[in-house]
Amino acid sequence: MEFQITQKTKKNIYLLLGVGLVLTLVGVITGYDDHHFSTRLLSNGLIDTFFFFAMGLGALFFLSLAYATETGWYAAVKRVIEAVAGYLPYGMVLMGIVLLIITFMDGAHIYSWMDPEVVAHDEMIQGKSAYLNPVFFWIRTLIYFAVYLLFLRGFKKRSLEEDKIGGTDLHFQNYKKGALFLVFFAVFSSTSSWDWLMSIDVHWFSTLFGWYTFAGMWCTTMVVLIMVTLYLKKHGYLEKVNDSHIHDLGKWAFATSFLWSYLWFSQFMLIWYANIGEEVTYFQMRIDNYKLLYFGMFIVNFAFPMLILMSRDAKRHAGILTFIGLIILAGHWVDVYIMVSGGSLGPTAHIGALEIGMALTALSLFIMIILRNLTKAPLTPVNHPFLDESVHHEI
Amino acid sequence: MSDKVIYVMYDDDGVLKDGAKKLVSSGVKISDTFSPFPIHGIDPIIGIKNTRLGIMAFLYGLIGLTLATIGMRFFMIDDWPMNIGGKPSFTYLENILSFVPISFEFTVMCAAHGMAITYLLRNKTLPGMPAQNPDPRTTDDKFVMEIRTSENSMDEKELDQLIKDTGFIEIDKKII
Repeated sequence: MEFQITQKTKKNIYLLLGVGLVLTLVGVITGYDDHHFSTRLLSNGLIDTFFFFAMGLGALFFLSLAYATETGWYAAVKRVIEAVAGYLPYGMVLMGIVLLIITFMDGAHIYSWMDPEVVAHDEMIQGKSAYLNPVFFWIRTLIYFAVYLLFLRGFKKRSLEEDKIGGTDLHFQNYKKGALFLVFFAVFSSTSSWDWLMSIDVHWFSTLFGWYTFAGMWCTTMVVLIMVTLYLKKHGYLEKVNDSHIHDLGKWAFATSFLWSYLWFSQFMLIWYANIGEEVTYFQMRIDNYKLLYFGMFIVNFAFPMLILMSRDAKRHAGILTFIGLIILAGHWVDVYIMVSGGSLGPTAHIGALEIGMALTALSLFIMIILRNLTKAPLTPVNHPFLDESVHHEI
Repeated sequence: MSDKVIYVMYDDDGVLKDGAKKLVSSGVKISDTFSPFPIHGIDPIIGIKNTRLGIMAFLYGLIGLTLATIGMRFFMIDDWPMNIGGKPSFTYLENILSFVPISFEFTVMCAAHGMAITYLLRNKTLPGMPAQNPDPRTTDDKFVMEIRTSENSMDEKELDQLIKDTGFIEIDKKII
């Protein structure tokens, strides 16, 4: 309502979209005759739709976490979180389309367990087929989507209602619903990452995989929240957000980077140490074919935020936060890229015009939808019970 | 040189904060405040610099990391190369992954203990040390502001005049 997308921003987003589409087209034309092309195209579809869907989901998670813990400081940036979470329905549609095409193509060499011919000759997949079969996969996927949407709708509705009527009834309702969402999310965040990502390497499994994916998603979410908040601050909105809020968001990005690194390393080290044939295949593949990207991505996602965001001043500095935020986003995109491509394309995968083009296209859509969501509600919730605390937030 | 210290006592942190704001705006230098709990936002008012404990934490962490690396290299590689789970320890770099957890834990331990001990030393609050607060009631429900005449260009009378309308409950003067 108060926020308007400026013409300049619109132009920049369209420019980004244009560059993305042109690069995608170049990638399609140059890579079309390759017989891995359809797998490559759909892998990229999955990478980009999942990457941005995950940020929307991360924002929904963060919102319900704040409700369930009755957090006070975040009230001033609540609408930013809601706007990012508002990407979720669009992300679901985009990822749903990609998953549907993959299903109709019998897995498209991405989900090899969807291909009846492969399953017929593979006893290990047969053993898992009670869980990994297209019908149950879609039942689970639709349940995840439905539950996420249901909670998102409820949070949004109550948030706008609170602006009108105030009081604490809605707050306590949010408190209960937030806690309930966390219960669902605790299970779904693991199982959905097994379904969508881990089943690409169908012979391999790791119980830590869900947490690892979740930590990456949380980290990117915090970075996006910082960037959107800084963008709005720069354009003169969110006058109630002060340095301390930015500092707190920066701390979250710092801490979740550590969480992600910790889980990445825990998964890696245990498998490296035990050195069991069926477990090490995952890392063997990635170290043989993606050595530079794989370890480079770990260094970038761990060392950069650690060293740069460690000091208090850095977490309050818009320029440093934007710089490190862009690096983290790129680093985590590469993380998802290796997760998917390592299983689907293996040695033949490489980052070319198609990969970058599709990522930029998805990014421009993501930004456009977030900014459009921001225009739909007042940027500061007026009757949030903790608003006063948040306005006086000072650390 | 003798220094006269004025201790002004309040029974509410908000009153003390408002009083401090008033005094500072008329040019008084407040050297410290004593309170049973941290008074939120008092630091910038009386001009206390940000803590440098964070920098020390980083340095202690580095020390811990170095010690852990030197120690493990000596124990596991030089002194008695051990073969654990079929992974013989020939060089540190080859087996660096198995040394990461200990490096991490030792870094955290050194940073945490270093910080705690530094904090206690700097504030002179190690166990058994004499109390630093001017009045035992500041550990209960009273708030005290400390003003030193040597740090102020005004003389005592002028200070008294300024302090008078800040809503204090008790005033105490000491020569140290």
